[in-house]
Order: sequence, then C-alpha cells, then structure tokens
Amino acid sequence: MKHLVIFVALAFSTHTLADTIIVQSTTSTQNSGLYDYLLPLLKKDTGVQVNIVAVGTGQAIKNAMRCDGDVLLVHARSDEEKFVADGYGEYRRDLMYNDFVIIGPKADPANVAGAGDVIEALRRIRQAGARFASRGDDSGTHKKERSLWQAAAIDPDAGSGQWYLETGSGMGATLNTGVSLGAYVLSDRATWISFANKQDSTILFEGKPALFNQYGIIPVNADKCPNVNREAANTFTQWLLSETGQAAIAAYQVEGKQLFFRTPARLHSTIELK
Amino acid sequence: MPSSIMPIRICDLRLTKGERAVLGGVDLTIDKSGITVIMGPNGAGKTLLLRCLHGLIRPDQGQITLGHLRVADSRDQQAMVFQQPVLLRRTALQNLAFAAPVIAKSRPQRLIEALESVHLADRAHQPARMLSGGEQQRLALARALLGKPALLLLDEATASLDPASVLVIESLVKAQSAQGTKVILVSHDQGQARRLADDVVFMSDGQVAEQSPANQFFASPRTPVAKAYLAGEILL
Amino acid sequence: MNALAEAFRLIITLDPDLFEILWLSIRVSLIALVIAAVIGLPLGTWLAITRFPGRKFCILLLNALMGMPPVVVGLIVYLLLSRSGPLGWLGLLYTPSAMIIAQVVLITPIIAALSNQVIENLHQEYSDTFYSMGITGRRAVVAYLVDARYALTTCILAGFGRAIAEVGAVIIVGGNIDHVTRVMTTAIALETSKGNLTLALALGTVLLTLSLLVNALVIGVREYAAERQYA
Repeated sequence: MKHLVIFVALAFSTHTLADTIIVQSTTSTQNSGLYDYLLPLLKKDTGVQVNIVAVGTGQAIKNAMRCDGDVLLVHARSDEEKFVADGYGEYRRDLMYNDFVIIGPKADPANVAGAGDVIEALRRIRQAGARFASRGDDSGTHKKERSLWQAAAIDPDAGSGQWYLETGSGMGATLNTGVSLGAYVLSDRATWISFANKQDSTILFEGKPALFNQYGIIPVNADKCPNVNREAANTFTQWLLSETGQAAIAAYQVEGKQLFFRTPARLHSTIELK
Repeated sequence: MPSSIMPIRICDLRLTKGERAVLGGVDLTIDKSGITVIMGPNGAGKTLLLRCLHGLIRPDQGQITLGHLRVADSRDQQAMVFQQPVLLRRTALQNLAFAAPVIAKSRPQRLIEALESVHLADRAHQPARMLSGGEQQRLALARALLGKPALLLLDEATASLDPASVLVIESLVKAQSAQGTKVILVSHDQGQARRLADDVVFMSDGQVAEQSPANQFFASPRTPVAKAYLAGEILL
Repeated sequence: MNALAEAFRLIITLDPDLFEILWLSIRVSLIALVIAAVIGLPLGTWLAITRFPGRKFCILLLNALMGMPPVVVGLIVYLLLSRSGPLGWLGLLYTPSAMIIAQVVLITPIIAALSNQVIENLHQEYSDTFYSMGITGRRAVVAYLVDARYALTTCILAGFGRAIAEVGAVIIVGGNIDHVTRVMTTAIALETSKGNLTLALALGTVLLTLSLLVNALVIGVREYAAERQYA
C-alpha cells in the first residue's frame, strides 16, 4: 500500500510548489467568480499561487482544524472567533461584506416584499404556508438563517419536509431547488447575482441591517499545523487587506453590480504581522 | 520408464455419492503393457475409476499404487484426454506451447511435428476453438502426448467424433502404445475395443466383473453380464 | 438542444479549459484503472481458483464493497490523507494523486468482483484439464487472465466508467481546485451550483460522448472475440 501511495505521489509531483497555498473557502466567493478575478492579480503582485477549496463555512472550518488549508475565508463571525481563540488561527480580520437577500417567486404569495423587517418577512412566509428552501448544511448562510428564525420565534424543524426544505447542499444547489419549487430562499447577494438559473424568482426582501453579511479571513496557525506555509498565507491575507486588494474587491462586478464591499478602514487599520 | 509405473494396483476402491456406492470396492491389477480397455454399461463406474487413477477424484477408501508410486507422485508421468476436449482460447500452436513451455522454447519444431502427427499442421495458427470437434480432440491428444507420458488415459475420447478423426486418434494411440506407453481407455464402442484392446476390464455396478485378454473376452466372456452387454442386450 | 450545441461548440473550438479538465479526468481515471486492474484482476482470479476457509466471505466482501457509496470512499481517503491523518505527511490531499487513490479504492472491488465471476466460469471449464496438465499457482492465474482477456476488458471498462463518472469521492479529496484537481464531474457539479445548467449539460454531453466511445470499443472487442470463439 505504501509503495503504491508513493508511486501515485510521484506520478503527480507538481503540487508542492513553494509559494502555493490552499484556501478553505466558503462557496459564494467562488461561485460569484470573485477568485477568478482576484487570484491572477494577486499572482502578478506577489507570486503566490492560491488553490481554492470551496465548501460550506462549517466544513471549511472543520477542514482547516485538520490542518488541510493555509488560510480560512468564511462568513460566520462567532465560529471564526472561536477558531482563533482555540488556537487554530493566527488572527482574524474582517475582509469584506455584502448582505443576505430573500429570494422568492415574483408573485410573492407571502407578500414578503411588503414586510417591515426580516422577522416579519419570515413570519409572513410561515403564515402563508409558503415553502422555504434551507441550506441545512451548517454553512455561514445556514447559521445566519437559523438565527433569523430564532429571532422570529419560529421553529422551522417542526415543518421539516413539509414547508421547510433542508437541501443539505451548497448555495447554488439550494437556489436551484428553491427556484424550481417556487420556494423562498435566504441567499447571499453575490451568489444570487451571479446565479444563472433565476427563472421566475427574484429578490423580494433586502437592505436591512439584520441581513448584514461579513466575511472574515484567518491564516491557519503554523504552530498548530507545521505544514502551513506561513509566509505565503500571510502574503495572501495582507494583500487582500491592503489598499490594492480592497480596491480590487470593490471593483469586481457582475452584470454591472458590485458584489462585495470593502471593509471600512478603521476595522483593519491595526493589523500587526506575526 | 514405463516400468516405473507398472504394475498398477487398485485395492478395495470405494466411493459414495449421496447414498449410492458408485465404486463399491474395486480390486484390479494391471501388470501388462499395451492397451487396456475398460468397458461396461452406463453408471458402471468406468470414468470414476479413471479419474481416481488420474488423481482428479479422491476415493473415500482404498489404495492405488503405480509401481512404487502413489497417484500424487505419478501425476507428471500421466496424461489424460477427456470426452470433451478443453482447449485454451488461443491458436492451435499456442495451445501446445502452453502445455509444454520448455519444449516450445528449446525445440519449437517439436510442436509442429506434434501437429503433423494429428494432421493439423495447416491449422497451426487458427483459433483452437474454431476447429471441428474431431480436430479439437486430435489437438487435445497431441497436447497430452507432448510430455511423453508413461501412462495415457482416454475417457471416451472418440465418442461422437467423425470417422476420420477416430482413425487418426486410434492409430496414434496404437503407435504410442507400441513405443511403450501404457494406455488405459474407457470406451463404449465395441468395434474400437476390438481394434485396440490387448486386454479388457469389464465393469458393472461399481465393481470389476471380469478382466481378460481381449481375444478371450470377445470370444467367450465369462460373466453373464458381460455376455449380455456384448450381445447388445444391455443398451450402453 | 442548447446544451448539445454548446457541447459541440466547446469541442470544435478546442476550448482550452474543457480540454484541460477532460484530459485530467482521463489521466486520473486511467492511472487509477491501471493500478486497480493490477491489484483487482489477480485478486479476483486467485479467489476464483483457490479454496481456503473464508474464501466465500472474501467474495461476499468484494461484492459488498462494489456498492460502496463514493462519498464514503471519499471521506475515508480524506481522513487518511488529511494533514492530521495517518498519511498526512505525504501532502497528497487536494492533488490529483488523492483522486487517483480514491478511485483505486472505489473500482478495485468492482474489477476484482467482476473478474472473479468471469474466471469462476472459466475455471469450471478448465479446472480438470489444468489439473491434468499440472498447471497451478502463478501459471494458472496468468493463463486464466490471458484466456479471459476479452471478458476481462469488459470488467475493466466497467471500472473505468465508474471512475470517470464519479463525483462524490473526487470532490472531497481533490477539492475541485481550478487547474489542479478540477475534472469533468466536479466541473459539472460546480456549474450546476452556479446555475449554469446549459454549460453543465454540455459538459455532461462531452462526458457521455467519451463514455459512448469507450463502450463502442468494448463492443468491438467483444465481437472480435466472439468471431474467434475466444469470448
């Protein structure tokens, strides 16, 4: 078995380039095309080659805890802070933000569009007996959605399989399900804008502070994971947080719309390099 | 070489299948060279006896010795031709080469000669399983003889073959016997038995009923069952 | 229809991205296939022609492993190759090598179990003759493999089909990294999740075409074999 593994390893020995890092990432940043835009710029500036593994936030954090990544880029603030507090991350910085939106059929049977706040929007969905498609995969979006249901004092699990549909899949797969069924879905704005199978669905509810979506970036702790390429991980992180990186993030557009917004300067002005 | 496996002694050989004793205490000594033909009605145990001798079946009880050898130790001196020839999915020549890799390497011409001996030289490069039934059996015989066996066993090897193939096989078996190979042959074909046999073993109901020189057996069989069989009163 | 047109366009314009992932798919699955065949064929053959206590159980196990969900295979290989796993020091996670290993685990039982069945049948036919000719052990295994060669190509191609069409395992251990571990199936999964259903279907059509070619080859081989009574 060992010989075999080594044989296979030799068959593809090109992966261990000095300045290559693996980023455990949430899916929205990949599905929206952000990396396709940013990474070539980064490569040109710094020479760092970044390999993106895009999975849900929950899985990304777990993978990073197993040392299977050099940098973590996700959107679930409290989990991220715990990750750093437990010693898995070197430090955490706000990277960028956008917001969540509620997607639904244009006819809007629950009249979500007329709701005053997101709590009311969710209550209307429940009262109208409309269907709601949930990620159900412990991702950042899923965690956000669960916290909103809790705030609305609704237990969606009671209706699981009836009106509350947990796909257990990524954002895109869940949107495909929601769009086909005419169900409501909570999505991050970036994924929705770049999603190509919108059919009859549209953004029905948006623009409230409760739907704020913050992305964080954390280099994995090289003391805990000796395989981490500390230098390249830091270069990548610092480049994204730099004026160049932030400007590039803000400049990225899909269909004429900006998908991610730079973090206000005061939030990352006190970055110290380890 | 033939002397080393002679005489062949079979002592109280027993084999049961389910409830039935298919071999019910076979006692037999074959001490003469030449061709021994085993005859007898269906279910008499002829094929089973042959397979025991070849080591394909382990009897429940009894002993077989070939000269000083037990069956297991004599196997490289034996060869067997089955009723249904089993040929590999290769050409005729490759079938012989597979059976005798050493000869194939050192004296490939021997393989061609073996094919010539069964009149198959022109078929050398044909897929073996595309040959006719008779041709396949001839090839199987040529393959069996490659190792120059001291004992050649044939289990109804010519049943349902074309007459030409039967003749080729019979003459080859005779020639082999003349060179000193002991031949034991199971046959239903009385004509063939008369043409080939030096002596005859007649079996009935899992036992040896009679063992006689061929001319004596065909002239006046000693047992009623053999008499009835030769008269065609027992079909097969 | 749009998907078909798109598939056609991708192929005739020699779309570099398409051919990169297609080539990686083929390369990964072919290497996995070679390794799985080198292990699986002799194993299946050996299990067909030897008799030992526990042999039936081994065959049962192989047949059960044949139906193992790719995701489970992916997960096991992930845990092995993860940096904190026992083979983490090799640094193979998220490389094509990891995908090869996952596919080997996935298709070796298929090749072994199917070839076991093929050889078992051949063994019934050959065993007396091989015994008579004194052919045992390694010589017998090789002879069976050679003689069943045409039937075995079908087993091998079944393995290839499973390997190249599989997504669950390779997406976990490969990570679907662009230009590194993105293969046809993971690209299809990605495009589906982006809602690019036409492109996803087009990629699926390309994969289907490859599968058609492979199967046409199998049928050709079988006919050739049948003509010579080699099947």
